[in-house]
Amino acid sequence: MMLVPLLATVMTAATPLALAALGELVTERAGVLNLGVEGTMLVGAVVGFAVMASTGSHTLGVLAGCAAGIAMSALFAALTLPLAANQVATGLALTVFGTGLSALLGQHYTGRTVAPLPRLPLPGLLHQDVLVYASLAAAPLLAAFLQRTRAGLVLRAVGENAEAAHQLGTRVLRLRLAAVLFGGAMSGLGGAYLSLAYTPLWAEGMTAGRGWIALALTVFGAWRPWRVLGGAYLFGGIEVGGLYLQGSGALHVPPQLLAAIPYLATVVVLAWVSAGGAARRLAAPAALGKPFRALG
Amino acid sequence: MPEFRLERRAAAPAWATALAAPASALLAIAAASILFVALGYPAGPTLHAFFVEPFETLNGVSELALKASPLILIALGLVACFRANVWNIGADGQFTVGALCAGAVALAFGDAGSPAALPLMVAGGIAGGAAWAAIPAVLRTRCNASEILVSLMLTYVAGLLLTAMVFGPLRDPQGYGIPQSRMFADDEALPVLFGGTRITLGTAIGLLLPLAGAFWLRRSVAGFAIRAFGASPAAARFAGFSEPRTVWLVLLLSGGLAGLAGCFEVAGPIGQLIPAVSPGYGFTAIIVAFLGRLDPIGIIPAGLLVALSYVGGDLAQVGVGLPRAATGIVQGMLLLFPLASEFFVRYRLRRIVASPVVSAQVVPT
Repeated sequence: MMLVPLLATVMTAATPLALAALGELVTERAGVLNLGVEGTMLVGAVVGFAVMASTGSHTLGVLAGCAAGIAMSALFAALTLPLAANQVATGLALTVFGTGLSALLGQHYTGRTVAPLPRLPLPGLLHQDVLVYASLAAAPLLAAFLQRTRAGLVLRAVGENAEAAHQLGTRVLRLRLAAVLFGGAMSGLGGAYLSLAYTPLWAEGMTAGRGWIALALTVFGAWRPWRVLGGAYLFGGIEVGGLYLQGSGALHVPPQLLAAIPYLATVVVLAWVSAGGAARRLAAPAALGKPFRALG
Repeated sequence: MPEFRLERRAAAPAWATALAAPASALLAIAAASILFVALGYPAGPTLHAFFVEPFETLNGVSELALKASPLILIALGLVACFRANVWNIGADGQFTVGALCAGAVALAFGDAGSPAALPLMVAGGIAGGAAWAAIPAVLRTRCNASEILVSLMLTYVAGLLLTAMVFGPLRDPQGYGIPQSRMFADDEALPVLFGGTRITLGTAIGLLLPLAGAFWLRRSVAGFAIRAFGASPAAARFAGFSEPRTVWLVLLLSGGLAGLAGCFEVAGPIGQLIPAVSPGYGFTAIIVAFLGRLDPIGIIPAGLLVALSYVGGDLAQVGVGLPRAATGIVQGMLLLFPLASEFFVRYRLRRIVASPVVSAQVVPT
């Protein structure tokens, strides 16, 4: 069967996107736009790889990547929450900083490889590793958290109208901090997945825009976990399809044009989804990107 | 114990506004230095190579101008965008397409060259950059798509497009298969202004154009519309300004300027088309725009300082073996600190004088 290995490849391509996009979804539902996903993923990838390469422990590597993501998003939170800095600019700064920092930290690891994350065979599911299963489990868990729990309701309230939530006694900044740190942890995991399971090696700039595609997926998925997960699988499929076409040489077009397919697909999908009218616009958290400060 | 409270200032005082950029730049440099020392590089020689050596030679100073010019040119367009709340972060792609179009025009003239070549290259560069920025403009105004993500995705596409062209139709047929175009003829290159340096007319234009930009942003109706949409979109619409028109204006302007910078780069220091023409100028220019406090005049010193991170980074790599990635760290710090400093311009710490507590007294009846 050709289909099973192909599907398995799509799953591995979709997992870093799904992890990062589901994390960013929680951040954005709390009303914070963190454009630093790309830089956070890079730092998560290099730290996870370095720890795995020095200790030989996959568990420590994955945890370190996650912790690095939390540290990066803590930097973002320090600037945007208490200091109310511009979220768009701070997110960009985080990506610029993360790109430089990851290159600096990873200079002695370039070109090395490690044993890939071990796979856990589960009945009925394809033979995959624990992070793939984690990304699949994250979608229903997050959907239940956002829709069925009190904390999820408060989180959504903060993202829709921070002032009203504040008046009702919610600690807006504390909640947003938790949401930003969760997003960072998931981006760090997504990065660590790239360097510990997908490739598994470290190369400068190895995320290749996946952090930005993850940001687009939150829009594509209308800030709903299941749809975001579906989007990640769609884009995983597009990525694998492009690689497959490049490898097969079936089409007589320059390989660079095939490599551009995921980026062009993102543009097309964004245009198509954003043109969806009022219902689509209402899906976005109303307070997204607006800083909040309680005064007096 | 005295208590402090944060208060929003009614108006940012002049001293705070003037001090914010230099103070945050100094703090950024200090933070980066601490990081380098922590990584085991000697403090004195590293800082000397990074921040002093570029000024010690004519070559260093001219390289500084050469790196600052495209940064300032791109940042000028970004200032207009960001002031209007339009987030064009794909200037690197617009720069690349501008360079590609200018280069394609030059190559179309053949080895003979022509006096018309250079003006047409400049026109091609501007048109290419503006056309690349028109895509996020049309998708934002017609489909309401985020210009942040669209412009960024197109940056990746632009890089791949340039690579495909220099590997394919624009490759030098006599170049032994190396993926680059032929060198441009004399008519297709910008004249060098000072002998012994690589400073061209384009470099000078890049360094001086913000003066005209400042006047335009402050004094023209279009400049007023841009500032109005940035300050209050509702008020700007009420005043009769068209939002789609403003979005188009700032995106075409910044795309055109980035394309012009791309043209100047290939017609100046590079002199041919190669697979990668930009060392991330389009992203670094975002730092320049913010470090310059989104002010056309402010981006001139900001551009020179950020250019120092490129030139000094190269020198420190040769001198003390500091990795090239250190440049990116300094640049990230140069963006993070000014963003944080904005808070201290807008807010102040105020000591609260405890008022005497009035205790209830039981009055005997």
